[in-house]
Amino acid sequence: MRLWRCAVFVAALLPFLWWAFQVAAGQAGPEPGQYLLLNFGQCALILLLLTLSLTPLMKLTRWKGFAVIRRQLGLWTFSYGVLHLTSYLLFILGLDFSALGADLQRRPYIMVGFAALLMLLALAVTSNRYSMKQLGKRWKFLHRLVYIALALVLLHFFWVVRADMGQWSAYAFAGAVLMLLRIPVVSRALGRVRPRRGSGPKAPRFS
Amino acid sequence: MLIRTRKPHHIGENEVTPESVYYARRRFMAGVAGLGMAAALPRGAWAASQYDDVEQGSHPDWFASRLENANWQAVTAGDNDKLTPFNDATHYNNFFEFGTSKDDPYKHAGAMTTEPWTIEIDGEVARPGTLDVDQLLGEQQLEERIYRLRCVEAWSMVIPWLGVPLSEIIKRAEPTSDAKFVRFQTLMRPEEMPGQRSRFGLIDWPYQEGLRMDEAMHPLTILSVGMYGRVLPNQNGAPVRLVVPWKYGFKSIKSIVRISLVKEQPTTAWPTINANEYGFYSNVNPDVDHPRWSQARERRLPNSLFSTNMIDTQMFNGYGDEVASLYKGMDLRKYF
Repeated sequence: MRLWRCAVFVAALLPFLWWAFQVAAGQAGPEPGQYLLLNFGQCALILLLLTLSLTPLMKLTRWKGFAVIRRQLGLWTFSYGVLHLTSYLLFILGLDFSALGADLQRRPYIMVGFAALLMLLALAVTSNRYSMKQLGKRWKFLHRLVYIALALVLLHFFWVVRADMGQWSAYAFAGAVLMLLRIPVVSRALGRVRPRRGSGPKAPRFS
Repeated sequence: MLIRTRKPHHIGENEVTPESVYYARRRFMAGVAGLGMAAALPRGAWAASQYDDVEQGSHPDWFASRLENANWQAVTAGDNDKLTPFNDATHYNNFFEFGTSKDDPYKHAGAMTTEPWTIEIDGEVARPGTLDVDQLLGEQQLEERIYRLRCVEAWSMVIPWLGVPLSEIIKRAEPTSDAKFVRFQTLMRPEEMPGQRSRFGLIDWPYQEGLRMDEAMHPLTILSVGMYGRVLPNQNGAPVRLVVPWKYGFKSIKSIVRISLVKEQPTTAWPTINANEYGFYSNVNPDVDHPRWSQARERRLPNSLFSTNMIDTQMFNGYGDEVASLYKGMDLRKYF
C-alpha cells in the first residue's frame, strides 16, 4: 500500500514537472503564463473527478487501495487549484490586486472559481485526523461541500468556453455520472456487485 | 500613432474612384502629412530575406511573381511595436475550424487544400464572378503593412502582412448603389476542418464576417495573401484573408471563399453566439469591456513568466487618426 501511495504521489506530481519543464525549455508558446493557467485548472478538475470516483470504485471492487489515496488526491486537487489561482494572479493580472478586486466584483466566472477554491481550502485544512475527531459527525457533512465545489468548478469552466462545448460536456457528463452513483439506491446496488467479505472497508471519508 | 506610407502607383485606369473612397483616402494621407512624415524609405531595400527566422513556404506562381515587385514597408507600426517572432505568430492562433486550443491551427491546418482555390464575388455588383487568387489580386501591387493585431481575448501581436487594399478589389467588381455592407465567408470543408465536425461547436459554420461599406473601402483594410515576406501559412488564413487592424482579430476573417456585397448588415459568427459579448463593429475600444474580462489593457506577445508585457490598449488599436471619422456621431458603447 505504501508503494501504491508513493506511485500516486509521483503520478500526480508529474504533470506539474512536465509543464514546468516545457516552460523552461521554451516549448510553452508565446504566453507561458496562460499555458500554465489552463493546464493547472484543467488538471485540478480532472483530479477532482478522480477523487470523487474513488468511493464508487471502492464499492464496486472492494479494493482498499482506492480508499487510501482519497485524501491524497483531494489534497492534490486543492494544490493544482492553488497553482491555477496563483498563475492567474501572477501571470495574467501581474499582481495588480486592484484589478483582482474589479474582476471579483464584475466577472461571475472568477467569483465562482474563487468560491470553489475556498471550499476546497476548507476541506484541505480539515483533512487531518485531528479535525476528523474534533468535528465528529459534522466532518462528513462539511466534506459534502465537495459536491458543491464540483458544480461551481463546472460552472466556472462553462463560462470560460467560447466556441465549442465538447470538452466541457465530457467533464460535465463524468461529473453527472459520479453524482448519480451517490444516489442511495444506485450506491447500494453498486455495493451488491461484489458481496462484502468479513468486516469490509472502513467508512468512507467522502460519502 | 505613426504611419509611414507611400501612395501606391498602381491604381486601375479603367475606373473612377467613388467620392467617399477618394475622401477617405485624402483624410488618411492628410493624417500622415500632419505628422510631418515625408522621409521616403529606400525602395526595395526591404527584402524577404529580412525575416531570417522564417520557415519558407512553397510559393505558388501567383505569389512568387508578385513578391519581386512588392512595396515593402508601405505601412509601418509604431516605434515600440516590435515584430512578433514568426514562430509565435504561426503557433498561437485562433482558427476555430481547426480546434479551440491555440496550438490546434498549426497542428491541423496543414490538411487544408489551398490550391486550387476560388473566391466567389456576388451580390450587389455589376460584375459578379468566381476568381482564383491570381485573378482576385489582378494588377494590384503587393504592399507590406505592418499592423498591430489586437485579439478580443486581450492579447496582441505585431504582424508584417503582405496584401492589397480591399477597396481596389471591390471597385473592380463595380458595386451598385444598393451595396451597403460586405459579407465574407470562410471555407466550409468539414473533412479537412475538425472544428466543423464537432457536434458541440457553437459557431454556425461557415464562419461569416462583415464590414460596413466605408470600413471595407478604407485604405487600411486589406486582403492579405502573405506575411513575413512569404505566402500565408494555412493556420494564418491561407490563401487569402481579411486584415482590419482597428478591429478585434476575429473580424479579420481567414481563408475566404466568398465576398458578397449586400444591402443589409450581415449576420456574423460571434454576435450570433452571444450578442451581449460581441458586436457587429467590434472596434478595439479600451472603454468597453468584454463582459468576462477587461479590454483596458492587453498582453503584448510573446511574454514570459516574469513579465506579462501588459500595455494599455489604444482606442481603435491606435488607428484612431485614420478611422475615428467613420464613427462620428455613433455611440460606441451601443454599437460596440
